[in-house]
Amino acid sequence: MEALTRPLGKLGRATAGALSGMGYAAMLLVESLYLSMVGWRIGQPLRLRAVLEQMRQIGVDALPIVCLLAFTVGIMLGIQFVSALGEFGAQSQVVVAVAKSVTREFGALITAILVAGRSGSALAARIGSMTVSQEVDALAVIGIDPVRYLVAPALIAMLIMLPLLTVFADAVAIYGAALYSAPALDITPSAYMLQTMSLLDPGDLGQGIAKSAVFALLITLIGVSTGFSVVGGAEGVGRATTRAVVLSICWIIVADMIFSYFLNR
Amino acid sequence: MTAPAPLIEVEKLEAWYGKRRILNGVDFTVHPGEIRVIMGGSGSGKSTLLRHMLGLNRPVSGSVRLFGTDLATASDREKLEVRKRIGVSFQGGALLTSMTVGDNVALPLREHTSLDEQTIRIMSRLKLEVVNLGGFQDLMPSQLSGGMIKRAALARAVVMDPRLLFFDEPSAGLDPVVSAELDELILRLRDALRMTIVVVTHELDSAFKIADTITVLDQGNVLMTGTTADVRAADNERIQDLLNRRPREVHVDADEYLQRLVGETE
Repeated sequence: MEALTRPLGKLGRATAGALSGMGYAAMLLVESLYLSMVGWRIGQPLRLRAVLEQMRQIGVDALPIVCLLAFTVGIMLGIQFVSALGEFGAQSQVVVAVAKSVTREFGALITAILVAGRSGSALAARIGSMTVSQEVDALAVIGIDPVRYLVAPALIAMLIMLPLLTVFADAVAIYGAALYSAPALDITPSAYMLQTMSLLDPGDLGQGIAKSAVFALLITLIGVSTGFSVVGGAEGVGRATTRAVVLSICWIIVADMIFSYFLNR
Repeated sequence: MTAPAPLIEVEKLEAWYGKRRILNGVDFTVHPGEIRVIMGGSGSGKSTLLRHMLGLNRPVSGSVRLFGTDLATASDREKLEVRKRIGVSFQGGALLTSMTVGDNVALPLREHTSLDEQTIRIMSRLKLEVVNLGGFQDLMPSQLSGGMIKRAALARAVVMDPRLLFFDEPSAGLDPVVSAELDELILRLRDALRMTIVVVTHELDSAFKIADTITVLDQGNVLMTGTTADVRAADNERIQDLLNRRPREVHVDADEYLQRLVGETE
């Protein structure tokens, strides 16, 4: 009997833990949005300098690596579409295929995965080490709400910068694809770019931007909630950092699949 | 003439970690101007009691009131008003590692006052002078020794001139000389700034040097509250064990223990 109940017990505890984690993340979201909007009324104003600093760390500092990766993905898509569509004599469709796949899917996905690895892990590590060394407790007893001080600036910065990075990644990836595909299509790269702009409609860009806003929420909430839940000193911080990255990437891919299903029916 | 109202009122406080009871109906009060030491061995519930007094943990039952306000039921604004009137020096200092020492000390002033930057800098340097850290404001916490971190944390705790000051294990990890300096500093603060001070510690020498009154905790129960002389004269066996550093006698029934282990692994 115990052989049956033990795995069930484990499953139950894991489910309860996951639900409790989601509830905690939702509470952090509501509290940080509330404090961002009306915190000044209760003596807890949003720290604009911290928001700008986080925007620099999450967005500006990530530009080189986003650029490199988006450019590479763009060339890769160019290679695949020129080759695959060429087999069916449909090379003329390369421009539209690259444009739609980058703006709707790859731009947002690649950028989010990169930011989860860079900034999601950094958030978890920073808040985790602050939790372990009682800095979070110190903020609370000084009368500074840790959610307002640590979560709200990161959340707002992420919500602004991830969509902007996504648009940037879209442009760079399409340019990468243009550099490879234009000679194969017998047009110039600038003609390729102009053709892309005429083929894209705002809905394509909007789809990527909407996804990136949801990814921004996921990365921040998973990063901060794992950071606040750290137990067990430096080893615990290490575990939380890894957990934050793995969970963020998993949730980003699942959310992307759900989004793609509903937005492209 | 009526006695002044207590600054801290702990009533029938209970705390649990999972299935383990940590505090078992703790009752005591702390009056203005007192230095109260909460003393007990490891696992007696001192740190849990402190976390409840600071409003970091919610009581399972019972209540903690600071300045007459129950932090568990107070509104955000009421909590903030209470927190502006208390200072806390944590065991490890808990300085924000991303800021300089000066910025750490200035943090409560920047968050809770509308003073100009020049005044804030002057006030925070003054507090650093009080704890003998004048000139160290531009260093990062990682550049300080353990004793200096505790003093910097103390400067941050007193920068708003709180009426009530909490210390968590002020002597832990310090050599006897630095520890004695910190005890002197606590006494000076009480005399100079007329603060009420609560110190959680297991260091006997330090406790008897600074305390006006002592609350002795053991396994989540208050064994007694009294003056240092009362505590020394107490005929309670556990208190005398604690004062004379006698280890608790542990009786282990080997057969019963083995059976329990086997039961757990099956």
